[in-house]
Amino acid sequence: MGLKIISSKCVGCGLCIKACPFDALKLVDKKVVVLSSCTLCGLCVDKCKFEAIEKPDRETVKPEDFKDFRGVWVFVQVDDGTPHHVTLELIGEGKKLAEELGVGVSCMLLGNIIEPVAHELSRYDIERIYAVKSPELERYRTRAFVDAAIGLIREHRPEIVLIGATSTGRDFAGGLATVLRTGLTADCTDLAVEVETRSLLQTRPAFGGNIMATIKSSRNRPQMATVRPKVFAMPHPGTERDVEVVLSESTISGDGQPTKVLEWIPSREGVNLADANVIVSGGRGIGKPENFAVLKELADLLGGAVGASRATVDAGWIDYSHQVGQTGRTVRPSLYIACGISGAVQHLAGMKTSDVIIAINRDPDAPIFNVATYGYVGDVMDIVPRIIDKLKNR
Amino acid sequence: MNIVVCVKQVPDTADVRIDPKTNTLVREGVPSILNPFDEFAIEEGLRIREKVGGRVTVISMGPPQAGEVLRTALAMGADEVELLSDRAFAGSDTLATSYVLSRGIEKIGNVDLVITGKQAIDGDTAQVGPGIAARLGFSQLTYVSRVEEVDPVKGTMVVERLLDGGRERVEAKLPALLTVVKGINIPRQPSILRIKKARTAVIPTRSAQDIGADPDLTGQKGSPTWVETIFSPEQKTKGEMITGDADEAAGRLFDVIHQSISL
Repeated sequence: MGLKIISSKCVGCGLCIKACPFDALKLVDKKVVVLSSCTLCGLCVDKCKFEAIEKPDRETVKPEDFKDFRGVWVFVQVDDGTPHHVTLELIGEGKKLAEELGVGVSCMLLGNIIEPVAHELSRYDIERIYAVKSPELERYRTRAFVDAAIGLIREHRPEIVLIGATSTGRDFAGGLATVLRTGLTADCTDLAVEVETRSLLQTRPAFGGNIMATIKSSRNRPQMATVRPKVFAMPHPGTERDVEVVLSESTISGDGQPTKVLEWIPSREGVNLADANVIVSGGRGIGKPENFAVLKELADLLGGAVGASRATVDAGWIDYSHQVGQTGRTVRPSLYIACGISGAVQHLAGMKTSDVIIAINRDPDAPIFNVATYGYVGDVMDIVPRIIDKLKNR
Repeated sequence: MNIVVCVKQVPDTADVRIDPKTNTLVREGVPSILNPFDEFAIEEGLRIREKVGGRVTVISMGPPQAGEVLRTALAMGADEVELLSDRAFAGSDTLATSYVLSRGIEKIGNVDLVITGKQAIDGDTAQVGPGIAARLGFSQLTYVSRVEEVDPVKGTMVVERLLDGGRERVEAKLPALLTVVKGINIPRQPSILRIKKARTAVIPTRSAQDIGADPDLTGQKGSPTWVETIFSPEQKTKGEMITGDADEAAGRLFDVIHQSISL
């Protein structure tokens, strides 16, 4: 049961046709008819001045209403000329979902010089690359990227679009889903499909990780989700091969862009928290601000980054960009070493899904030990320098 | 400058749990607070007003009791507050919420700048801000850690955004929407007098009809996403406590590190 046009009310004014992002409405004998490319986004319902269009109830939407929407897409986030690792992780996971649905996984690539990235992507098991090329897409900017993506999605109609939940990915997805008037689930940690209804099942933590929720958005297309980096395994790359690149005309003009990037200031540490495989984090229990240098030394030896509790940030011991937890960053490294952190719920919300957690704290009752894989009761400054020595002498 | 700040009342998420018997959220007795990021948004709005002049209106969507967080905004110095409250808004997801808030902002009219927290701590989606920007056609500036310059005459602003791996300086045309991170400022402590005054202030409420919101686009009806199931996260099995003196412990931890990340 799709969109319903009440022909006694329709005057054939065509306002809805202009509003439709998917060219799914047309006039036949001065009345509007609905084509199969309708996503049930409801933009036309909003625009119609005569209440002549009705959206069906959620319960009555059938998978066959969306038979023109096929395929799983992954948005390619390009950093320094190469695809971000979360993009590759999503290609791997998207492939599994696509296979269950009997379709392929494709990439959505927006940029100025796209060829090297396309070659890199061809090493993974993708069906096609849908691309827009424009000098305006040289660097990520919300409006230009959203406009380009909308053009591609309208033209090629994927049923699922997956985006990495990085700061860029979340900036992009929020605008894109709003313009498409479709569902978007943030920061998923698990994905699955319900094959009969072709629904995407999107699982994510809520309420600071105290609760997990599985969310559906299958009465609209495309179904969109942002997915946390490092939740899914990196697929193994094969050799470069020929992958079909479907290039769309760019209609983006430079003058229309509302923002201009003036400067990019990389963080002084080479590794960023969101991406770090290892995080060595400090709390008040490290004693004094200078001791962050010791944690930094350990982090450097492990190729990791330095994190911090809210208390140390608020006390001015270290910059906010290091804060892990509810009002800082949510991280999920392979190894999280909590040094002198008691483990307030707000801190745990930001790190408790790390693969391995080592906690060092003087207080045997510190809540951090409840989530720790390995715990040691003692002074951080007694232990960490010894570990550093062992790492140096290995 | 006509500035609107969007805020949300949230449960103090640390206390939210699932009732194992009924598998529903236990929110009873959980205190409600102003979303922590939104306090920075209010403060930034006030600072911009103090610098370039104008008005700050703080709005929120929620049930009648959600108006309590607007008292904090009044005490801090907001010129006006508005609670967008209607039964038709209940159950709104991020798409429907951005619709209601953008209707509220359009109703205020001639808005130059919208500011909100980078995300709300109950849902952590960070989607409503971009949703408002997309609907209003405003410049979208998320994760703002510093407002460098606001020029109402030229109609531009320069901000710094805190992203993965660095900071980006961006110039944007007004009108714009900002979502702000912690650390952009230190929110002011309102005086006792102002707090007292705010406590008894009447919070104006706007219904769906007042702001011209189509009830079909709000609440569950207007929300493309819905929660199919909720469950408690897997509990980690109790970890291993390492004993022994500092040297032995360091040796054991060295081995653990070795295994975890295969050095």
